[in-house]
Amino acid sequence: MDTPSTPSGPWASIVADYSADQAVFRVSSNKAMMWLFLLSDIFVFGCFLTGYMAVRMTTTTPWPIPSEVFALTIGGQSIPLILIAIMTFILITSSGTMAMAVNAGYQRKRRLTALLMMITALFGLSFVGMQVFEWTKLIEEGVRPWGNEAGAAQFGASFFMITGFHGLHVSIGVLYLFIVAAKVWRGNYDRSGNYEIVEIAGLYWHFVDLVWVFIFAFFYLW
Amino acid sequence: MNTSHSSSSEHKQQHPISLYLKIWGLLFVLSTLSYLVDYFHFEGLLRWSLILLFMALKAGLIASVFMHMLWERLALVYTIFLPPLVLLVLVVLMASEAEYIFQLRDIFFNEKGL
Repeated sequence: MDTPSTPSGPWASIVADYSADQAVFRVSSNKAMMWLFLLSDIFVFGCFLTGYMAVRMTTTTPWPIPSEVFALTIGGQSIPLILIAIMTFILITSSGTMAMAVNAGYQRKRRLTALLMMITALFGLSFVGMQVFEWTKLIEEGVRPWGNEAGAAQFGASFFMITGFHGLHVSIGVLYLFIVAAKVWRGNYDRSGNYEIVEIAGLYWHFVDLVWVFIFAFFYLW
Repeated sequence: MNTSHSSSSEHKQQHPISLYLKIWGLLFVLSTLSYLVDYFHFEGLLRWSLILLFMALKAGLIASVFMHMLWERLALVYTIFLPPLVLLVLVVLMASEAEYIFQLRDIFFNEKGL
């Protein structure tokens, strides 16, 4: 009875971290704040997707078939969802180059890190470009937030809101990556001796890719 | 804490490049598979379960490896990923109301004369 038994199991470390007189998260405050921002963003996109589910389940007019709405005619042949598939691969590729940039940053390869971040941002830019193309095509076909010819009016509202908000995230991410890449190139983080900012920018970028995974599954494939 | 921290996070979050490349490849394969679900017109329960499976695998790989959650402490992991689960309550509420709203609209739009 002299020493109280120390609790074990996964929750023990959580209780210890939260209850002790110390910083809860053993990461830099920059990283913790980025994660908390992403948590709030999870709720934003989660609510958008739930709202989309609610209107799709309750509409009495048939929902437009995404694989037909988003089909492209290439060489006289209509290929379903091809643009969306290409956009998905581009975003995944950009996530890959971003992960390599983080890796290069921690190895203090200044130029390689900046270069990989630039490539990531350019992939992001091409993603936004394709989205602009997609929006233009749909708007020309008469899809509006309040109605369209292919079916339920709620389709346009959900589409423009969800992909619009995601596209905005990608655009801001491109800007963010360019800024951080420029600072890496200038050698700011060699002087401060800390490349963690690259990892934090990476967190944001991977999150944008993560959200796209859910949009791709629920909006385009369902 | 902060000065010692930068070096410790560097050690913690430095992973071999081959790991990233493998995950990258896996994400490509999973994306192709989920595209093929649509391309080959799978329908019904098979379609939905395959979509959800590939989605969950992709999301898991991105969050755990690319976003390093696999190597973060549980206090951070649970703080970020447990709260969003309350969204499931909203999903359940909206889904359980849907049938009722649908029927109400059906009556309203189809039997205006009554």
